Parts: sequence; structure tokens; C-alpha cells
Amino acid sequence: MLEASHLKKSFGELKAVEDVSISAGPGEIVGLLGPNGAGKTTTVSMIAGLTVPDAGEVLVNGAPPRKQQIGLAPQDLALYEELPARENLRLFGALYGLGGRALDEAVKGALELVGLAGRAGGRVSHYSGGMKRRLNLAAALLHDPQVLLLDEPTVGVDPQSRNAIFENLLALKARGKSLIYTTHYMEEAERLCDRLTIVDQGKVMASGAPDELYRLLPAANLVSIDLETPERPLDLGELSGKEGVRTAERVNGVLKVGVTDLARDVPGVLGWLTAHGHSCRHIASERASLESVFLMLTGRSLRDQ
Amino acid sequence: MMTAFFALIRKDILIFLNDRKAVIMTIGVPIIIASFFGYIFDSTEHSDQQSRIPVLLVDEDASAVSRAIAAKLGKEKALDMRPETLANAREAVRKGKAAAALCIPRGFGALAARALFRNEDKPEIAVYQDPTRGAETGMVKGIVTGAVMEAVSQAAMTDAGSVEQALRDAESGRDMPSDVRGPLVELLKGVRKLNAIAAARPGQPAAGGFSVPFTMRDEMVTARNGAVYNSYAHSFAGMAVQFLLFFGIDTGIAMLYMRQRGLWSRLRAAPLGRGTLLASRAASAALISFVILCVMFGFARLVFHVKIENVEGFLVVSAAFSLLTATFGLLIAAVGNTPEASRGIAILAALLAVMLGGAWVPTFIFPRAVQQVTQFIPTRWAVDGLDGVIWRGYGLGAALTPAAGLTLCAALFGLLAVWRFRWNAE
Repeated sequence: MLEASHLKKSFGELKAVEDVSISAGPGEIVGLLGPNGAGKTTTVSMIAGLTVPDAGEVLVNGAPPRKQQIGLAPQDLALYEELPARENLRLFGALYGLGGRALDEAVKGALELVGLAGRAGGRVSHYSGGMKRRLNLAAALLHDPQVLLLDEPTVGVDPQSRNAIFENLLALKARGKSLIYTTHYMEEAERLCDRLTIVDQGKVMASGAPDELYRLLPAANLVSIDLETPERPLDLGELSGKEGVRTAERVNGVLKVGVTDLARDVPGVLGWLTAHGHSCRHIASERASLESVFLMLTGRSLRDQ
Repeated sequence: MMTAFFALIRKDILIFLNDRKAVIMTIGVPIIIASFFGYIFDSTEHSDQQSRIPVLLVDEDASAVSRAIAAKLGKEKALDMRPETLANAREAVRKGKAAAALCIPRGFGALAARALFRNEDKPEIAVYQDPTRGAETGMVKGIVTGAVMEAVSQAAMTDAGSVEQALRDAESGRDMPSDVRGPLVELLKGVRKLNAIAAARPGQPAAGGFSVPFTMRDEMVTARNGAVYNSYAHSFAGMAVQFLLFFGIDTGIAMLYMRQRGLWSRLRAAPLGRGTLLASRAASAALISFVILCVMFGFARLVFHVKIENVEGFLVVSAAFSLLTATFGLLIAAVGNTPEASRGIAILAALLAVMLGGAWVPTFIFPRAVQQVTQFIPTRWAVDGLDGVIWRGYGLGAALTPAAGLTLCAALFGLLAVWRFRWNAE
């Protein structure tokens, strides 16, 4: 069980991390979601013991962590490209005190987990970006840590390798590891994480399970209605007052209506439009996303960062 | 802890060996350059490639004396003497095609013969010299002085006309003190008598003239009697010192790149002490440096027959310098900001140290003040130490002095590196 509480870190005038708390239990993947520069890597560095926090504490199983308990897959590929993959892993295993048969088995197991056993003798410089990322992950697993810190592990990775990494992480989760996963990709966070902490400019904006975060939004679903006569006036105030309708606005001639429940609330909206002489050319709906949550919390789009 | 320490050393050695270009650059290039320097500085007897100094002779006198001088200079092994006109000779020197040109003026032979016994009216030989070849010109002047003395004294003592003229000058010499004039007249009369006897007995040598009254025997003073100095010994020592310093720079720059790539940070995430991290790096660099030194001198032994007279001393000095190289690299990593900026400054510092240490040219040619300064340069300790154990006959005790200096310096660099190393710079 990892518990990082009230972490703070400043670099000169820059407050990189302000009162960030995050925890991960056994078999849990916790996402640290935020744009570049949000303080994710600094937070991970403090948990890994690479950066001394100005305030706050990190505990693993209720005690200050030993480096043996933590595995780090840093954002920068920390590999010796001049060496074969196997030699890289042998080195990182040895750094954690592994030797002899234990080291051989750990290297073999890690290579198999990340699907690189067949290419173990190849120089890392000849690997694709995705293979390097997987090897970077393998290097963090050798000593069988309780807590895994994965800092943007899919940056620059092709979709196939990304899926392979996801499978690896889910396998580790199944083994009862506690994973902290930083990313600025919402889709990854939504797909993988049991709980999320959204950070921006060093501060925690929200945290909880994805469903809990969606509930922060005024509407769980957004319906876009393309009207036949977009120039005709529309009483948005009246529409907003209908039961189940949370928001209503016109954006570039398209009517955007936020509703709580699609099946229950959309028929009412369509009926109201028909009653007021409007016909619909096209209707589309989209589920609320973490992007919407981030937009709501910060006023900025995560994708724009 | 030791598992990690040795794993880190192993990793550095593997990286070095896997980079074939680096291996060639680190071992092959210094061997090539050392071989070249050894070849061009090879001045031992067995060298048949010793270069001769190109000198031009302008003989405006065309006398028996000037011809004798030309003949003597023509036989000098150190000179490549050719006759030339004054204009062409000056042009050739200006263009660097000759080190110097000598002009024997009209009337030189007669004036020089008279001046031999009088301290006045001395004729002048003009020496036109290339300003960049002062040392060679000095050597030429010495050889010319010997040749002129022999030729002029020969003419003054054997030519009847010259002897009679000198006798008349001596007898009528008003400015000459009477106590000098008398013995000189008697000397010249004796010479006249010897020449007359020689003329009456064909085959009997005449009075002759002055000649260099000695011959010289060269002996290279090396480690032991019979051990021949090998110029490749010094060139290999010098180039080894230079390129090991370059290797030290590469070690430091590689650490800065590690920092940039986040590798240093990753290593720090492991349960390792800072001392283990830096010490392993120093140990691997020192080990590789030591092997490079041994390979270089192994090559010198096989190809150029450079014999190491004191093997234990060589190992001690080499180990000490290898350690210095390694800690020099750590220091660069500690104080450097970016690899690009650090490399230039480090190379400048290394080249200065190498130059002042006598790795390129021997330190005795430096101005006296600079020579004093170089006594405090570790590279000089290394070059002198290697020279000492290879051919100067230093015993193990004498080798310990430069080795101790190098080790102390290495310790200082190491301490500075640990003190200044920015652990959290990523």
C-alpha cells in the first residue's frame, strides 16, 4: 500500500507540486492525469526518492519506503542503447542486489512478460520505440517491487506496443502490485485506472474513480442536434428548464444539450423542438469524458497542452 | 553492494568494447601518432633517415680558402650544402627551402689569413637565416666556424706567400706590443722553416694548420650499459598520456550525457550509495585506461622494440596515471553543465597539460620560467615517470615519486568531483 500525503516541491520561485496526495492499494492502478508541466514527474520523483520533498511524506505499508520496494519506469528511456536488452536487464537487476540464478530468472521472467524474450540479445539501439518502452518497463520489474511508478510509459509508442504495455500492466495489477501511472492521455487513464488524480500546475484538481469524476460534470451526456432551420430563434431558457436538461446552448448553429440520461431525457427534448416548429437534420450524442472533466475543472482542454 | 559495484564496472567495459569506433580512436589513433612522432624524432645511430639541414653557399671569393671551406662543409653529414648565387639563396631561404645561406665575400681568404694573427680587419661571412629555424642555424654556425678555422689556418700556415705576408705584418706591426711581436715573428719563422723542410722532402707533411684537436665518441646514457635509447619510448609515453586524458574527458562527457538522458536518475532510483556510483565509474575508467596503456606499450614492444627496463615501476606509474585519468573524467562530469560546452573546455585544459607536460616536445626546449612551472603539472610527472621506468633506469623507489604525485592529484580530483557533483541536476 502506497500513501503519499501532502507532497510539496518548489524549484526557486516555481511551485512544481503543491499539496499533492495520492495512494494506491495492492492490485490497484491509480492514474496521475495532467498536462505536461503539471507536476506529475516531480511527484513521481518524490515518491521514488529521487527528489526530496519540501513537505509531505511517502509511506509504503505504513513506513518510509525502501528503494527495494519501488520500481521506476521513468519517462526518459533509461537504457544503455549500446548494450543488448539482456545486458541492460542484468545490470538493473544487479543494482538491486540480484545475482546468479535469481538474476537469470528475473531477467528471463521480465523479458517474457514484456514479450521481448526472442529479441533479448539484440542491441537496444536497434529496437523500435515501443520495444524500448517495454524494456524500460521490464527493467523496473526485475526486483519484484511492491509499488510500480510508471511515468508516461506510452509516450511515442505505436498502438500495437501500447496495447502490449497495457496488457503487461493489467497482468501486474493481477499480481497485486500497486501501480501509479502518470499520463496526459485521457483514453489510457479511462481504460486502465481504477482511480484518478487530476493535477494541473502542481495542484490536485480532483480525484476519485472515473465515474465519480464524471459526476462532477453538469451532464453525463451531451446531445448535438443539427437543426433544419438553424436561423430560427430558439428559447434556450425554456429548454434548459425542462426536466433532465442540464445545459442548452447553440454553438456554430448546432444545438448542444446536456442531459443526465439519454433514454429518458432526449425524447422530451425532441418533442419540445417539434412543438416549437423545428425539424432535426442530424442527432449525435457523446458520453462525458475526462477531457470534459478537465475542461470543466481548469477551463482549458487537456489536448491543447 | 559489491554486486552492483561490479555490475556497473562490467557495464562500462561492455559499452567501451561494443563501440568499435571508440576502441579504434582510443587505442589505434595514439599508436599511429606515437609511431609517427617516434619515427621523425628517431636520431639514434641505427636511424638511416636522419634529416640533413639544407644550407646554401654563396662563394663570391672563389679563393683556395673559400673552396676549401666549401669542400669541408660539403662533407658534413649534418648538412645538405649546395652552391648558389646570392639572390637565389636569399629567395630560397625566404621561401623556407633552405634553413640558411652563407655568403663568403670577395677577398675573404686573404683577409682571414692575415686576421688569424691580428685582432683586426676581420672579414665577415653573412648568414641569411630562416627565422623559424634558429636552432638549425645555430648548429650551422658551429660547423662553419670549425670549417673556416681549419681552412684558414691551413692556408695561413702552408702557403708561402701567406706566411711571408704574416711575417712582414708581424715585423712591422706598430700597434702590436713588443713582447707579443717578438714571439710571433719567431713562430712564423719556425713555420717558414718547417715548410722549407717539407718542400725539400717530398712526402713529408708541411706545418699544416689548425685542426679540431679531438674527436668525439657518443654514448647514449640509458638504463644500463648497452641499452639503446629508443625514440618511440618517449613518443608512446607522450601520446599515451594525451589520449588517456582524452579518454578521461570522454568518460566525463558520457556521464553528462547520462544525466541528460535520465540514466543517472534511473541509477539513483536503485538502492546504491553515491560513493558506489562514482567509485564504479572511476574504477572502470581507470581499468580501461590501464589496459590501453599496456596495449600501447605492448605494440611498441612488438613493433618498435621498446623495452621496458623496470616493469614493476611501469605498472605503478601506469596505474597511478590511469587513476588520475579516471578522476579527471569525474571532475569534468562534476563541474560541467552541458556535454557540448564541457568538451571544448576540457580538451583545451588537456592539451595545455599535455603540451606543458612534455608529451609533444621535451620540456628542456621551454623557456626557463615555463620549465619551472611544468614541474607542477601532473602530465609531466606521468611522461617523466614513464620515460624513467622505460629507459632512464628508474628503480621502483624512484618510480614511486611520480606515482605518488599522480595518486595524490587523482585523490584531489576525486574529492573535488564528489564535493561538486550535482546529484539532483536532472
